Amino acid sequence: MLVAALALLPLGYIVGYTVDVGWSGVRELVLRPRVGELLWNTARLVAGTVVCCVVLGLGAAWLVERSAVPARRVWHVLLVAPLAVPAFVNSYAWISLLPGLDTYGGALLVVTLSYFPFVYLPVSAAFRGLDPALEETARGLGLGSWAVFRRVQLPQLRVAVLGGSLLVSLHLLAEFGALQMLRFPTFTTAIYDQYRATFNGPGATMLAGVLVLICLLLLLAELRLRGRAAYAGSGRGAARPHRAVPLGGLTVPAVLGLTLLVALAVLVPLASLTYWMVTGSSSALPVGELVATTGTTLALAGGAAVVTTALAFPTGWLAVRARGRLATVLERCTYLGSAVPGIVVALALVTLSIRATPWLYQTVPVLVAAYTILFLPRAIVNVRSAVEQSPRLYDDVAAALGSSALDRLRRVTLPLLAPGLGAGAALVFLAVVTELTATLLLAPTGTTTLATAFWSATSGLEYGAAAPFAVLMVLLSAPATVLLSRDARRGLTT
Amino acid sequence: MSSLTVQDVTKSFGATPVLTGIDLHVPSRSLTALLGPSGCGKTTLLRLIAGFEDPDTGRIAVGDRTVTGAGRGVPARRRGIGFVPQEGGLFPHLTVAANVGFGLPRRERRDRGRVRDLLALVGLDAALAERHPHQLSGGQQQRVALARALAPRPSLVLLDEPFSSLDAALREDTRQAVAEALRASGATAVLVTHDQAEALSMADQVAVMRGGRLVQFADPQTLYRHPLDLDIATFVGDSVVLDADVRGGRAHCALGVLPLERPGPEGAIRILLRPEQLQLGEPTGAAPTARVHSVDFYGHDARVLLDLPSGLRVTARLDGHELPADGAEVSISVTGAALAFPAGPAAEVGRRELTGPR
Repeated sequence: MLVAALALLPLGYIVGYTVDVGWSGVRELVLRPRVGELLWNTARLVAGTVVCCVVLGLGAAWLVERSAVPARRVWHVLLVAPLAVPAFVNSYAWISLLPGLDTYGGALLVVTLSYFPFVYLPVSAAFRGLDPALEETARGLGLGSWAVFRRVQLPQLRVAVLGGSLLVSLHLLAEFGALQMLRFPTFTTAIYDQYRATFNGPGATMLAGVLVLICLLLLLAELRLRGRAAYAGSGRGAARPHRAVPLGGLTVPAVLGLTLLVALAVLVPLASLTYWMVTGSSSALPVGELVATTGTTLALAGGAAVVTTALAFPTGWLAVRARGRLATVLERCTYLGSAVPGIVVALALVTLSIRATPWLYQTVPVLVAAYTILFLPRAIVNVRSAVEQSPRLYDDVAAALGSSALDRLRRVTLPLLAPGLGAGAALVFLAVVTELTATLLLAPTGTTTLATAFWSATSGLEYGAAAPFAVLMVLLSAPATVLLSRDARRGLTT
Repeated sequence: MSSLTVQDVTKSFGATPVLTGIDLHVPSRSLTALLGPSGCGKTTLLRLIAGFEDPDTGRIAVGDRTVTGAGRGVPARRRGIGFVPQEGGLFPHLTVAANVGFGLPRRERRDRGRVRDLLALVGLDAALAERHPHQLSGGQQQRVALARALAPRPSLVLLDEPFSSLDAALREDTRQAVAEALRASGATAVLVTHDQAEALSMADQVAVMRGGRLVQFADPQTLYRHPLDLDIATFVGDSVVLDADVRGGRAHCALGVLPLERPGPEGAIRILLRPEQLQLGEPTGAAPTARVHSVDFYGHDARVLLDLPSGLRVTARLDGHELPADGAEVSISVTGAALAFPAGPAAEVGRRELTGPR
């Protein structure tokens, strides 16, 4: 209950504020040309990115999973690798090399390269899960390759494609750093600017309200899809490996295409980072500052991971073991919270803490609370699937063998859940390491994380000074990428 | 080792009654099968005995000790009842040895000899002790599950359809190993199954359940030869059921005039024969004849489907030596006596309930 209440805090804040402002106030603040412009910018960016991501993700997934392209395992890892580079680091890498990228096209290029793995991963997992017998049956019924793809595979991939697209959209709506750096104004950057300029003017909150509304609409769609996806995933896995489709003369173009994609998405950021590391360090590397910042980041991330996992445990447990309306509603509440972009969560917590608990304003607990609200679903998804792996049966058997409730928790339940809890905690940890927006707004004065240190350096256009922080973030994110490339479905569904 | 007594136990889930007035007494050191189709309540009864759920009314006692009923409920972990679930339910994070030793006091868990003895009891090699459950075959998992249940020397062992997930060849071996281990350990055992062959071959007594009630409780031979009604008869084995007319103490039916097991009232009845009572021969003038519809050959024996002139189809079970060809004309003679049951539609309703959804 408490967990759900915490997750709903930002939403409640927005709703309460809207009621406060009243209808005329809302009309004055929302129905104006500036908002229309933002809406148009946001919409065309989301639409363009989703289309590009689907094309790239679907094509790459088909090549890696189904065609006879050489070195498929290597490609798989390389195609997931962009996730290790936070989007705002990626955009820094690009804009520092090509300052002319501050256009719609530039924004589209950078965010597409950052986000296409969100489509690639679920789709390639879905490809793997497709039963080859279905395709063989279709061939046996006289369908050609294209017809098999269109009539058999595509309908089964639909859920994965749509789920990935929604993921891209939600991330994009919440994206702040990358777009701010590309000077492409959307709702998120506008909220931030308003907040900085006027310190929590009603304008920022109302913009946030519109943004949340869009997010919730998208989330509703995702929840419906998720319900059906569960059925699709409940079957047993593919019995046999798939037979790779030979590419023949198309092998060279296919490899070239993949190479180009990986070069743009992985090599450019890495090269750019290396360049700035080398040329930018005209002064000596600020080792002391780096160590201190890393320490702060790790401590915050560790604390947030522990708190979030601890809160996720009861929710995930109830959702599986005590299936019922209440448990489902509670779980859904935490998902709702996650659809709210980081900037809105931060804004809500700033205002609430100033008004209700001034002694908490700009303290670590508020920051950790923001992390928890943002990343709770990642932990819950993992706890949930872990609880599903350990059915009640084991509890019954242990009880019949004379084991007490506490003893069962220690000897059966926790050992069985440990991997899931660990994975959830790790994902939260790594998400916090690269979190920028909420940290910028909520971090106590004097507390800098890798992300905020990087941010303040780039804001002053000191690209060289920013590079070491970016490198550290990429290094710390790499393990999460490995986790994701192993188990595509888990953890991705923020 | 203790007996098990179940008295007037009733259980509902919500508004749906699952068990109604169950009375059952399982003698010490015997193996009793709870036989019935899916949804007849047999697994629920097992879970009540184990203590995973509480009955609405009634009493369950292990030996002289009441474990539930009359206001008291002993939690599962204090009942000293071993439980072997359907697919073994081995803890996936523990080795075979740790699984087997799970219910032992801390000191004894380290005792490798004890684990080895238990594995030997269920016919498994001690070399398996360090394996993990996913490295075992289904049959081996079942045996480890039994060893684990027997380890704390329970007074009673419950087995919930332990063989249903095994394939036919493995099932036979595993059944034998389990039966032997249970006998050797001297444990009282209750086995839930929907497989009548399993119940008849393994159990000392069989309790047949139907729609949440216990309809017959008898040893396997009595159950097969003297089922209480036609539904039980057709459920526990292949049957030939015919309409008959009793005149002068003998049943006149499509297969001639047959003696009855027990004398009954004159008039219309239904009779039960088992397919192995039917003998086939060359057609003669006197004996009833039939046309062979088809022959299912199993090697050790065969089942012959016969069309009687009346259009009725009956089954005969023959040993595999001399089998008639499809379409051949044969004569039928009957050995032994027929069992009489009252005629009427009631039996039909009951049968649907018993053989219902498998």
